[in-house]
Order: sequence, then structure tokens, then C-alpha cells
Amino acid sequence: MDERTESEATPTKNRTAVERKSERELVVTRTVDAHVRLVFEAWTKAELFRRWWVPKSYGLTLLSCEMDVRVGGRYRLVFSHQASTMEFFGTYLEVTPNSRLVWTNEEGDNGKTVTTVTFDENSGKTLLVVHDLYPSKEALASAVASGSTGGMPETLDQLDELLVSLRSSSVTK
Amino acid sequence: MVQYCQTHFDASFGALSDATRRGVLEQLGRADASITALAEKFHMTLTGMKKHVGVLEQAGLVTTEKVGRVRTCKLGLRELQEEAAWIERYRQLWGARFDELDKVVEELKRKEKVDGRKNRK
Repeated sequence: MDERTESEATPTKNRTAVERKSERELVVTRTVDAHVRLVFEAWTKAELFRRWWVPKSYGLTLLSCEMDVRVGGRYRLVFSHQASTMEFFGTYLEVTPNSRLVWTNEEGDNGKTVTTVTFDENSGKTLLVVHDLYPSKEALASAVASGSTGGMPETLDQLDELLVSLRSSSVTK
Repeated sequence: MVQYCQTHFDASFGALSDATRRGVLEQLGRADASITALAEKFHMTLTGMKKHVGVLEQAGLVTTEKVGRVRTCKLGLRELQEEAAWIERYRQLWGARFDELDKVVEELKRKEKVDGRKNRK
């Protein structure tokens, strides 16, 4: 978990770590070189969020991004990839400025996965911890088995293929 | 590839749909065991247990090895390997995502500088 020293050695390349915490939990950590205020803004303003949530290299287009960031507010993201579209939607359960965001992911058929993001500023840098709690052991297992990323639907098989090809092309570079 | 995933997915689910087979996996999670030992443990005939182990083997959840007259069963590696590969893909997705986030945040920083330090107050 404490890999922050590494980011100090190479300030331009912060490390993203993923850990499977338990049968139902996945945790992603990353440090961003900015005050929490700015980082939180990038997570909560749709026009900023849409610019980074879908990495450009993934060949997905974000068709729309609606976010009503307040407790009980809803969000909906619509993507297109080749001929298909997919939607991600849910509700914000907690919104604590510059500190904490909690939302549900309601698009899966295995129940709701709950995502908690904490923002922790330390000497001008912000540590982000993204915690996904799956509704059951089986839901996480089936996300793994189907190769999906974060409980996304079947179109993720295609994303998988894309990732495999991206990966092999980056190896040959 | 998609086909393969689907087939494997179905096979895993089929294999896990049976209480005895889930029990066998749990048992093998603790220690390797022979088919005879498993049959005894689950109060079954040898033939019945062989069938169950066969299904688990097909799904890649269990591997067996015959040494002398004893066939030993152990947990298959496939599940673990797939999980490791999946976690790595997940890490790459987030890594790429955060690299884009960095760019957005850098832009916000620059903007803030240009706007002066009004926000400090």
C-alpha cells in the first residue's frame, strides 16, 4: 500500500496499485500531484470527469455524461464502442467535498456494487483510494470470469480483446 | 476468444451449481486429496465422485494426477491465473484513466495560477 516513496522519486509517473482486499472488495490507489480541491473538482464536474474517465487509448466514445453530484443525485454515462452502446448509471450516496464520494453502480444484474472514493491531501499531493464493494463474492467472481472491468456488461468482452491487443502492441514497442 | 470465454464461463458455472462439487473445491482448498478419500468424505461411490471430479476438471477448476494406483486431485490454476490477468488489466485501465486525470488536473492548476490567487481567501 505504501508505495508513495516511489512517486517522489519519479514525480511525473505516479503508480497505480490494485489490490483485491477480500472476496467482495477491490481497491485501487493512486497519488495525484495536486491539491485535493482540484482533484475533487475533476471527479465531480461532468465536463472535467468526461475528459479522463474513458482513457483515449481504449477506443470508446463517451456519448453523454450526466452527473448530479449530491446525496441522492443520479449519474448516467453512455458509451459507444464500434456498433454497440453501453450505459452505466447509479446514485450518489455520500458527497463530502474534498474528502469522500460514494456511489452505486446499478447497471449489473448481480446487484449493486458500491464505489467509495476517498481524497486525502498530504503535502500538496492527493492520495486517491477507490474502493469497490461487490454485492457478493459471486458477483466479483463473475466479473473476473467474464473478463469485465468493474462489473460492466457483456460488451466488455470486446474491450478485453482490445486490451489484449493494446498490451501486445505495447510489448513489441 | 469471446466464444472461448463464454464456454469457459458456462463450464465454471455448471461446475459450481452443485453442492457436492462446491464442497469438493472447499476440501481441496485445504489439502489435495485422492478420489477415494473424497468419495468417503462425501459418502459417495467412487464412480459418483469420479463424475464430479471430471466436471470440475473440465471447467479447469481441478487438476488430477495419477501416481501409482492413486489419482490425486488439487485445485486448478486457471482460476488464479485468470484472476491475476484480470487484475492486471484492471490496473492498466485505472493507470490510463489516472494519466488522463493528471492532464485535467494540470490544466486546472495552470488556470488557477492565471486567475491569480483569488481562491486562496
